[in-house]
Amino acid sequence: MAIASELTLTDRSDAKERSSEEATNYLNSSRGWKSWLFTLDHKRIGVMYLVSVLAAFLLGGILAVLIRTELISPEREIMDADTYNHFFTLHGAIMIFLFIIPSIPAALGNFILPVMLGAKDVAFPRMNLGSYYLWVLGAVFFLVAMTTSGLDTGWTFYTPYSTTTDASVISATLGVFILGFSSIFTGINFIATVHTLRPPGMSWFRMPLFVWSLYATAVIQVLATPVLGITLLLLIAERALGIGIFDPSLGGDPVLYQHFFWFYSHPAVYIMILPAMGVISELISTFSRKPIFGYRFLAYSSIAIALLGFLVWGHHMFTSETRLAAVIFSALTFSVSIPSAIKVFNWLATMYKGSISLATPMCFALSFIFLFTIGGLTGLFLGALATDVHLHDTYFVVAHFHYVMMGGSLVAFLGGMFYWWPKMTGKLYNEFWGRVSALVIFSGFNLTFFPQFILGTRGMPRRYYTYIDEYQGLHVLSTIGSYLLGVGLVIAAVVLIVSLCIGKKAAANPWGAATLEWQTGSPPPLHNFAETPTAGDPYLLEDYIYDEELNGYVRSDRREENRTVPRTKKLAELQESGAES
Amino acid sequence: MSRETTLAPTHPVEEHSDRFLQHHFDSHEQQFAAGKLGMWLFLAGEVLFFSGLFCAYAILRTLHPESFAMASQLLDVKLGTINTAILLTSSLTMVWAVRCAQLNQRRGLILCLSLTLALAAIFLGVKLVEYSHKFHEGLLWVGSYNPQVETGTPPKNGVFFSVYFAMTGLHALHILGGMGAITWLIVRSVKGHFSSRFYGPVDFVGLYWHLVDIVWIYLFPLLYLIS
Repeated sequence: MAIASELTLTDRSDAKERSSEEATNYLNSSRGWKSWLFTLDHKRIGVMYLVSVLAAFLLGGILAVLIRTELISPEREIMDADTYNHFFTLHGAIMIFLFIIPSIPAALGNFILPVMLGAKDVAFPRMNLGSYYLWVLGAVFFLVAMTTSGLDTGWTFYTPYSTTTDASVISATLGVFILGFSSIFTGINFIATVHTLRPPGMSWFRMPLFVWSLYATAVIQVLATPVLGITLLLLIAERALGIGIFDPSLGGDPVLYQHFFWFYSHPAVYIMILPAMGVISELISTFSRKPIFGYRFLAYSSIAIALLGFLVWGHHMFTSETRLAAVIFSALTFSVSIPSAIKVFNWLATMYKGSISLATPMCFALSFIFLFTIGGLTGLFLGALATDVHLHDTYFVVAHFHYVMMGGSLVAFLGGMFYWWPKMTGKLYNEFWGRVSALVIFSGFNLTFFPQFILGTRGMPRRYYTYIDEYQGLHVLSTIGSYLLGVGLVIAAVVLIVSLCIGKKAAANPWGAATLEWQTGSPPPLHNFAETPTAGDPYLLEDYIYDEELNGYVRSDRREENRTVPRTKKLAELQESGAES
Repeated sequence: MSRETTLAPTHPVEEHSDRFLQHHFDSHEQQFAAGKLGMWLFLAGEVLFFSGLFCAYAILRTLHPESFAMASQLLDVKLGTINTAILLTSSLTMVWAVRCAQLNQRRGLILCLSLTLALAAIFLGVKLVEYSHKFHEGLLWVGSYNPQVETGTPPKNGVFFSVYFAMTGLHALHILGGMGAITWLIVRSVKGHFSSRFYGPVDFVGLYWHLVDIVWIYLFPLLYLIS
């Protein structure tokens, strides 16, 4: 090909070296279970996290399918009402605390963040491993709760039921407390890493947007999670000792519990969505072959969401708090929707006149934009007081948060997994079946949850074991949708697992992205880079040209002639003095 | 406090053969900056952790003013004042320890850390005495409130004591944690790990200790000096 032959020899041979069969990488640099269990390598810790959170997702997903099966008719199908209470509680708690909150930061972020920064590791590798151990310990406490007296309070543990039920509330809340520390440690690690381990040339506004999103998330993790910690400790003390803070029979205030709980749990939802939005920024840019539009708006909006997210917790309590509080929280809630909308417009503008490639990660990214938009808009109906009093605690809320958490965070997580899979494993997967999985997941998801919006507006309460006959049609649709969604997720899993066995070898940069993780091998060597690279513009994609022989992209030496973006003096100086080929 | 060490610029190879410079950092300065930032972030989280209890204090005091009204008569202000002095002194010895580390004074470092540890232990001892008094008098949290005081009329319910035990209890747990960290520092100091080149852990545990001290400085007036 004409273009390939104009590449310099250095580019080609460098790229070849990196994908050499004999090269050691982080996966084969040491062997044995101890080299994994006691590793300090952020990449191995990320992989362990990935396997663990996906196991939790599987458990939460099985519970979900069982719940939907029970709800296919108003009569008892496979479980009684008490068991149903336990199942929806555990589904929520496992999905939120064991899966979504750690998912993108701990599984993808741990792996990718240092490499994206050209660093050798995160700032505190031992704390990183500690954070993983804490996740496992928290999971153990959950399993203990599940196998002893269970948990039937709802994932929100509202008092006074949670202080009086004979379920394993203390075991489960201790588990959540421990998981909170796992989250805090990840947050501390990421903030310190971004502040102190950026490479030469990477000022704050030349960081990839995924880094911005992980940073904003980390700020929330550090500041909000301790409040959940103290809330749960007080709940445990109330249950075990009767301190009289939340229990009305002891002079306490149950609405105080709700304030304490939601002060964390609202920012928590931004812990769930911000990293997802960071992933989407990377995907949309790479697969539109266009620099991201509105970089500063996207960066600032992540920070804005993180900060504004601390001010709106009362919108979960419109029916239990004072009217004045409700009015104030409703007004503040509308403000936090603005930065989210700004992001959606910037992604769309990035795609406009771009060269769209419908690779599997892009299919997930497009799904995200559609599903998150619906989720976000329906949040506005819930933020408006007049409509919320009718929709509160109905299926409308359930549909809303599944659209943002599942249609949003999970879909972005899957997109990120498919995007960075070649980097992490060195394998390419079957694109056709990858795209099929995206389509089936998208279809199954909508079939599961769209009917729930309608159920909610027609008055079907959430967490109910049975319902009036009029609702059955929509429930049947939702249940069938859940089976389809399950099939789609299984297809995605099979695609990735099969790639580990028979996948083609991946090049260093199969997608043609410009961020630093693609400048090193797939999989990366143990210390990520031989020498700390100098960062360039993370979205200058036109510098990268496809090389058929490598089945990947390399940096073109003809970038001066190819350049359409004017060079700044500073960029010129940096690239002259930098360690680039 | 400022870092006054003047590390001579070293050849990168020398830096990395230093077992106290972790492989992913390029210099001791970078490692120190990261560690310091990490500890400050942790402390920010600790402030939010305790703030939940301060919030509970404010709300419960507003809802049950009669329970809080006679509180200072029921707590031993003398012991509380002694404990405040002890903790403030321990912060002094802790800062002194950091200074010793910065100046390569190994014996001084071990001495100051040991003094800090001893003062912390005395603090907990005094707290134990106070707690046992309260147990004897039945002045416990709401669920176990059973006042048997010899003088004066105790409040109707134990809301104040719920707050008292929750706040001082959580604080005492943090003192215990700090004592563990200081013990670890003493062991490492005896082994000669710390020097003017590498004293980060001493500095950071010192920061933590100061936070524990500051929390007590807020607790003391709010619990002991109200009437």
